[in-house]
Amino acid sequence: MEALLGRCVASWYPGATGVTSPIRLSGGASQETWSFDIVHPGGKLGAILRRAPQGYGAAPARAAGLNAEATLMQRAYGAGVPSPRVLHVLQPNDELGTGFIMERVEGETIPRKILRDEHFAQVRPKLARQLGKVLAGIHGLESLGLPELRRMTPAREIDELERDYRSFDWPRPVFELALRWLRDRDPGPSAQETLVHGDFRHGNLIIGPDGVRAVLDWELAHFGDPMEDLGWVCVNSWRFGEIDKPVGGFGSREELFAGYEAAGHHVDPERVTFWEVMGTLRWGVMCCGMMQRFRTGPEHSVERAMIGRRSSETEIDLLRLLSPRTDTRANVRD
Amino acid sequence: MQDEPTPEELIKAVADFLRNDIAPQISGHHAFKLRVSINALDLVGRQLKLEQGSNAAEVARLSQILGVQGTLRDLNRTLAERIANGEIDLQTPEVAEHLWQTTMDKLAVDQPNYASYRRELEGEA
Repeated sequence: MEALLGRCVASWYPGATGVTSPIRLSGGASQETWSFDIVHPGGKLGAILRRAPQGYGAAPARAAGLNAEATLMQRAYGAGVPSPRVLHVLQPNDELGTGFIMERVEGETIPRKILRDEHFAQVRPKLARQLGKVLAGIHGLESLGLPELRRMTPAREIDELERDYRSFDWPRPVFELALRWLRDRDPGPSAQETLVHGDFRHGNLIIGPDGVRAVLDWELAHFGDPMEDLGWVCVNSWRFGEIDKPVGGFGSREELFAGYEAAGHHVDPERVTFWEVMGTLRWGVMCCGMMQRFRTGPEHSVERAMIGRRSSETEIDLLRLLSPRTDTRANVRD
Repeated sequence: MQDEPTPEELIKAVADFLRNDIAPQISGHHAFKLRVSINALDLVGRQLKLEQGSNAAEVARLSQILGVQGTLRDLNRTLAERIANGEIDLQTPEVAEHLWQTTMDKLAVDQPNYASYRRELEGEA
C-alpha cells in the first residue's frame, strides 16, 4: 500500500517523495478509508484515501459512487461549504482501485466527545445554526455540472424502505404503523428539487472548537426534497442521549431553521417532521440490515449483530412521534 | 431437566470475568470489541431473565386484540398484516397500549439505558 500510494502521489504532488505508513481507518469490504502523510520538501501533508479496492467495482445501488463523491466534494469546497479539498481522483494506472485522495481535516467526529467535552463547550450552542447555514449551502449548489444522481421523492423513499423491511421477513408492527403513517401523509414531490446530502449527521461532520470544519461522506447524495436533510439531522438516534436537543443533541430546530433561512432558503417545518419520521424508520431498517449482513455476509462481527438490537430504539422513537403518551410527549408535537 | 448453574448465572459469570479481569488489560480496537461483546452477554442475560414473562403477556394481548390464537411470531405477523392493510390502526382499542408495552419490554432487554426509554419509564413512575 505504501509503495503504491508513494508512486501515486509522486505523479501529481509537486516534489512529493513518498508517503508515511498508511493506516486503515474504517470501512467494510467494499470500501476503505486510509490515513497517511504525503512527504514533500516543505514537510508533510495529512491526507485521506477513500477507495473501493479493485474487484469491488459494484457499489450498492443507492451509492452515488466514489467519482461522483469526489465531484460533489470539489463543488461543495468551491462554493464555500466546509469540505476537505480533493487532491486527486484515482486513475487506472494508479492501481489503487477507484476513489480519491483528499486533504485530511483535523477535528472530531465522535458524537460523545462533541456533546460532552469541555473543548467544545463554547461552540456547542452555535452548531445547530451553523448546520442550517451549511445545509443551505449544499442545497444552493447549482445543479448544472453536478454528477448524475438518483432522483428521489417521498413515495420512492417509502417504497424502498418497505421493500427492504419486507425482505427481512420479520414482523414489526411499529414499522408497519410508521409505513402507514408515511403513506397517509406523503406530501408529494417537493416543489423545489435540490441536491440532498442524504447522510448529514454526527459521524459525517468534522467539528472543531471553531465549528463545522468539513462535511464528509456523500455516498447517499441524490436530488430531491431539501427538507430531507433537515429532518434526518433531527432523528433521535443522532442525539446520543441529549433527547431534548433535536439537532444532533446540541441544538433546537428553531436554531437550525434560523441558520437555514438566514442563508436565504425557506423551511417547511411540516415536511421536516415528515422526513424525521421517515429518517427514524430508515435508521431502524438500516439496523435490521446490519443484522442481515451479520447473519449472511462475510462480516460476522459482534458489533454488527448488536446494531441489529438497536432497531428497537427506533421503535420507541417512532411511538414517541406517532403515538405520544400524554405525560412524556416527544417534542415534535409540541 | 438440565442441571445448575442456570444459563443466566453462567452468562453473568463470563461477563463479569471479562469486565473485571480482562477488560482492564486490553486497549485499542480490541477493547472496543470487548466492550461490545460484554454488552452482548449482558443483553443475553436480560433476555433470559425477562423474555418468558413478557412473551406470555404479549401473546395474551395479541390474542385479545386479534381474536385469534397462535404462536407469538404468527400473531405478530397477523398484527403486522392488519396494520399494513388498514384494518387496525392506533384508534383500534388496546393497540396503542399494546405496542407501547411490547416496545418497552424490548428496550428493557436491548438498551435499558436508551434515553427515550428512561424518559418513558419516568413517565410511568
